Amino acid sequence: MTKYIKNNERKWDVSAMIRLKKRSRGVIPGFRLSMGVTITMLSLIALIPLLSVLLNLSGVTPGEFWRIVTDRQLVASYKVSLSCALIASTANFLFGVPLAWTLTRYRFPFRRALDGLIELPFALPTAVAGISLTTLYADTGLIGGLFNKIDVKISYTTIGITIAMTFIGIPFVVRSIQPVLEKLDVRCEEAAVTLGASGSRIFFKVIFPEIFPAAIAGFGLAFARCLGEYGSVVFIAGNIPYKTQITPLLIVSKLEQFNYAAATSIALVMIIFSFIILFAINALQSKIDAMARG
Amino acid sequence: MRQKAVKTIIILTCVLFVAIMLIMPLFTVITYAFRQGFKVFFSAIADEYAVKALKLTLLTTVFTVTVNTVFGLFASWSVTKFQFRGKRILTTLIDIPFAISPVIAGLIFILVFGRIGWAYPLLKAYDVRIVFAAPGIILASIFVTLPFVSRELTTLMQSQGSDEEEAAALFGAKGLTIFRKVTLPHIKWGLLYGVILCSARALGEFGAVSVVSGHLRGKTNTLPLHVEILFNEFHLTAAFAVSSTLVAIALVILVLRNLAEYRLKKEENADVR
Repeated sequence: MTKYIKNNERKWDVSAMIRLKKRSRGVIPGFRLSMGVTITMLSLIALIPLLSVLLNLSGVTPGEFWRIVTDRQLVASYKVSLSCALIASTANFLFGVPLAWTLTRYRFPFRRALDGLIELPFALPTAVAGISLTTLYADTGLIGGLFNKIDVKISYTTIGITIAMTFIGIPFVVRSIQPVLEKLDVRCEEAAVTLGASGSRIFFKVIFPEIFPAAIAGFGLAFARCLGEYGSVVFIAGNIPYKTQITPLLIVSKLEQFNYAAATSIALVMIIFSFIILFAINALQSKIDAMARG
Repeated sequence: MRQKAVKTIIILTCVLFVAIMLIMPLFTVITYAFRQGFKVFFSAIADEYAVKALKLTLLTTVFTVTVNTVFGLFASWSVTKFQFRGKRILTTLIDIPFAISPVIAGLIFILVFGRIGWAYPLLKAYDVRIVFAAPGIILASIFVTLPFVSRELTTLMQSQGSDEEEAAALFGAKGLTIFRKVTLPHIKWGLLYGVILCSARALGEFGAVSVVSGHLRGKTNTLPLHVEILFNEFHLTAAFAVSSTLVAIALVILVLRNLAEYRLKKEENADVR
C-alpha cells in the first residue's frame, strides 16, 4: 500500500470518489466484470445442464412420472438410502463432537496427524475407499472375519452401506464444529468452574448450546453427501434389488438400460430433496453467522 | 483425578474411532497391494491401461483446477466486495454441486450432450464428441468441484473485509492492481488450500465420471474407473496396487493441505494482532 501511494502523484482518484457518491455499490472496481464471469460460468457449467433435467421431463406426463418414482424397487431404495444416511450422519454427529473437542482442546502426541487424517475421506478417491472397505468388512477381511464368527455379515448388507456412508461423512461434523470451538470464549467456562459446575454440566449447559447449530449444519451436510454418495457405497452394497440398492445406483442402472425418462425422473426427486436440505443448511448457517457476530 | 480419567477416555475413544474408520482402510489398501510381492505390484502399475488412465486423470485434474480457480476468484470477488440484491441466491446456487449426487452430475451432461440431448445435433454437425469422451469427463469433474475454491475464498475474504481494497481504489488503483497488490497477498494460502481440495476431488471423482465416460479401456478410463474394472474382474491385487498410488497422492495432498492450513491460521492470527 505505502509503496503504491509513493508512486502515485495524484493522491485521490476523483472518478473513484464520484463512483462512491453515485452508487451504493462501493468504490472497488470490477463489479460488472466479475459478476459477468461468475454468472456466465455458473450458468454454462451448472445451471443450464441442471435445467436440462426439466426440459427432458417435459415429455413425461405427471401420471407417468408418479408411476416411475413410486415403483416398488425404487421405494425400497429410498428406504435404504434414507435410513442408512440417517444412521451414518447420526454416528458422525455422535463421534464428531468429541473428535472436534479432543482436537481443539487436548494436547497429546500425534494430535496434528490425527487432525490431518480427518480429511482423508475428502482426499481419498471414493472408489478406493469403496473397494478397501468392502475387502476389510467381507467375510474374509480383517474386521468382517471377526464379525463373521458371531454370524454378522457386514459387506453386501445395509450395515456395510451405513459404514461406508459413515466413512464419507466423518469430516463434515468435525470441521463444522472446530472453528466454533476455537473461537469460544474460555472465560464462560472459567466462570462456570468458579461457580462450582461439574465438568459434564459445563459441557452440556455452556459449551454444547454454542456448538449445537454448527453441529447440526455439519450433520445436514453429511446427510446430503451420504444420500448422494455413489463410489464408496456401490462396492460394499452388493446391490441386491429391494434390499441393498441405493437410489443413485438405480439412476445408473436406468441409464444403462437407456431408460432416460426413468433416470431423469429419479434424478428430479433427488434434486428436490437435496435442495430442501441445502436451503435448510444455508438458513441455519446465516443464523450461526448472526450468533457469531452478535 | 476424575477429570484426567474423562480426558483419557475421550481421547482413547477418538483415537480408536479414527483407527478403525480411517487407518484400517488405508492399511488394507497397502497390504493387499503388496501381498503378491513387488513384481506383481509394479506390473499392475506399469500396465498400459493403468498408465493411460493416469494420463487422463492428470489431464482432467489440470483442466478442472484451472477452470475452478478462475471461477473461484471471480465468484468470491463478486460476492464479498459488493452489495447487491440476490446475493444469498447466488451463493446458494454456487453451492448446488455440493448437495447434488455425483451420479446426477454425470446424468445432466448426458441430457445435454448425449444422443437424446438438445445440443446433440449441433455437436454432430461439427463432429465433436463430449459424452463418452474426455471433454465429458472434464466437464463432469468441473461441475462436481465447482464450489471448492470459491467457498474457501469467500469465507476468507468475508472475514478480512474490504477496507484495504476500498482505500486502494480511492487512491486510484485499478482493479487488477488492487487484486494483485492488496487482495492476493492476503488470500494466497487460502487459495492454495482451495486448489488442493479441488485437485483431490478431481483426481478421485468416480460417480459423475463413471456415468459420462462409457468405460472405454485405454480411452475414457480414469484411474478410479480403472480400479473399479480391476476389482470387478477379481484382479484384487492389481486393483489395490493401482489404488495404492492414489492413496499415496491422497496422503501427499493431506500433508500439503495441512501445511496450507497452518500458514493460513498463522496469517489470520497475525492479522488480528
